[in-house]
Amino acid sequence: MIEIFQYGFMRNAIAAGILVSIACGIIGTYVVTNRIVFISGGIAHAAYGGIGLGYFLGINPVFGAIAFSLLSALGMGFVHRRTKERSDTIIGIMWAIGMALGIIFVDLSPGYKADLMSYLFGSILAVPSIDLIIMVFLDLIIISIVAAYYRELQAISFDETFAFVVNVPVDTLYLVLISLVALTVVMTMRVVGLIMVIALLTIPPAIAGMYARDMKTMMIISTILSVIFSVTGLLLSYFLNLTSGATIILVSGTAYFISALLRKFNFLSNLKNASS
Amino acid sequence: MKNTDNVIEIKNLWVGYDHEMVLQDINLSVKPTDFIGLIGPNGGGKTTLLKTILGLIQPKRGSIRIMGKPLKESRCQMGYVPQIVSMDRLFPIRVWEVVQMGMLGCRKPLRRISNAEKEVVWETLKRVDLSGKEYKAIGDLSVGQRQRVYIARALATNPEILLLDEPTANIDPQVAANIYQMLEEINHTISIIMVSHDMNAVSTYVKSIGCLNRKFYYHGTKEITHEMTQAMYNCPVDLIAHGIPHRVLAKHNNKGAGHD
Repeated sequence: MIEIFQYGFMRNAIAAGILVSIACGIIGTYVVTNRIVFISGGIAHAAYGGIGLGYFLGINPVFGAIAFSLLSALGMGFVHRRTKERSDTIIGIMWAIGMALGIIFVDLSPGYKADLMSYLFGSILAVPSIDLIIMVFLDLIIISIVAAYYRELQAISFDETFAFVVNVPVDTLYLVLISLVALTVVMTMRVVGLIMVIALLTIPPAIAGMYARDMKTMMIISTILSVIFSVTGLLLSYFLNLTSGATIILVSGTAYFISALLRKFNFLSNLKNASS
Repeated sequence: MKNTDNVIEIKNLWVGYDHEMVLQDINLSVKPTDFIGLIGPNGGGKTTLLKTILGLIQPKRGSIRIMGKPLKESRCQMGYVPQIVSMDRLFPIRVWEVVQMGMLGCRKPLRRISNAEKEVVWETLKRVDLSGKEYKAIGDLSVGQRQRVYIARALATNPEILLLDEPTANIDPQVAANIYQMLEEINHTISIIMVSHDMNAVSTYVKSIGCLNRKFYYHGTKEITHEMTQAMYNCPVDLIAHGIPHRVLAKHNNKGAGHD
């Protein structure tokens, strides 16, 4: 078992898992508490348009994905804030258009697209070192913004109307938050693929939310769970020769159902009450 | 009377949408330590009026001045207790964190909460009788306790005015009475405007009653005039059923009294 850590690709994979887990744990907590899971899914799929554009222009598809996901995030965030009715329909439309654009761009690009599937289904085992540096950078952006505006973000997540009344710049912060979701989505795509991004973004916070009593704790528990799920999934995929993105999500999903069952039978909440 | 003596000064206020004016020509002067109960039928504009005072809704016409200043400069002088709608009980937040939220806009951003500010939060929680619950999760409290947390949040900036929207909706009468007694206490130093359906409470605890049904009927007294009862037609006021401890209906010695 130890020998697998001697491979460079394995060390990169584990590093990527940890770096992505930090972003997912922090931003996923906001996604779950603000109920913007659907928008996050939309951003992830619209990002495919950027990947296609990257191929078409011959640049790193990750940069195309960052641009597209940021644009679609701001668009969806704006629609979500401004239209009172049926914002989910408009978000669904943007979701599909982003994907369609990506497919057309790929069609128009000449040559063999070797790693296209890796964006759809993830390829944690093929993360190059340069991507790790990008991930560190994105993590630092996320941590510093969340640390600086922790109380304001907490206020808009908990009670947006009240936040507005006490002069918190609700609209601006909301768009900042949704942009951070976009950056997290692009990072996570590398690990589990854009189709399964929302799972890693929501399952660890969903479990953490069952036990955490404040957002900071929820973020820390989510991050730890996310690291455990991605490393476990990674090892399973290595030993069973399966797709890593899928094993990571299945490990997370199993953990979710186990903790939901435990909660239903009040096992852990009794434990919690006894300790508080 | 000088305008600056009033904590809130509303003049010729019109609020509404394109074809429908929800509030029509509202005039109101709130004086220090007033305790105004706002009654009126559903859709009469009670919540709209509160939200306009808070700046959540832009008026079509008219002006609102708080402590003699325009709205934007006076937010920190107002405390707001919103109506409890089905709150996300799962939301991970502690009682003291909810209360400090009240101070957010009235401090410099990007700074950690200071010990002095924490002191204020603890003191405010003591004031609403929730000492010892500071680190509880909000979802672990009872409805009445949660409502007191929201009152504490509104009091955290030491406001001049407290605005409450149905503070006792879905709260049982015993607990509601506690909350009203607390508001009476608070009212010694702070003006209060309270929207309520609970006529019993309104008549017992407030100092004056205003009735809002698109237009505003207010005389700065606790009496419900003939004019008000007509405006409140269809209004769920069960005056008799609750047994009011003192007379709130004005004697009909006016000229129009012959109609009923």
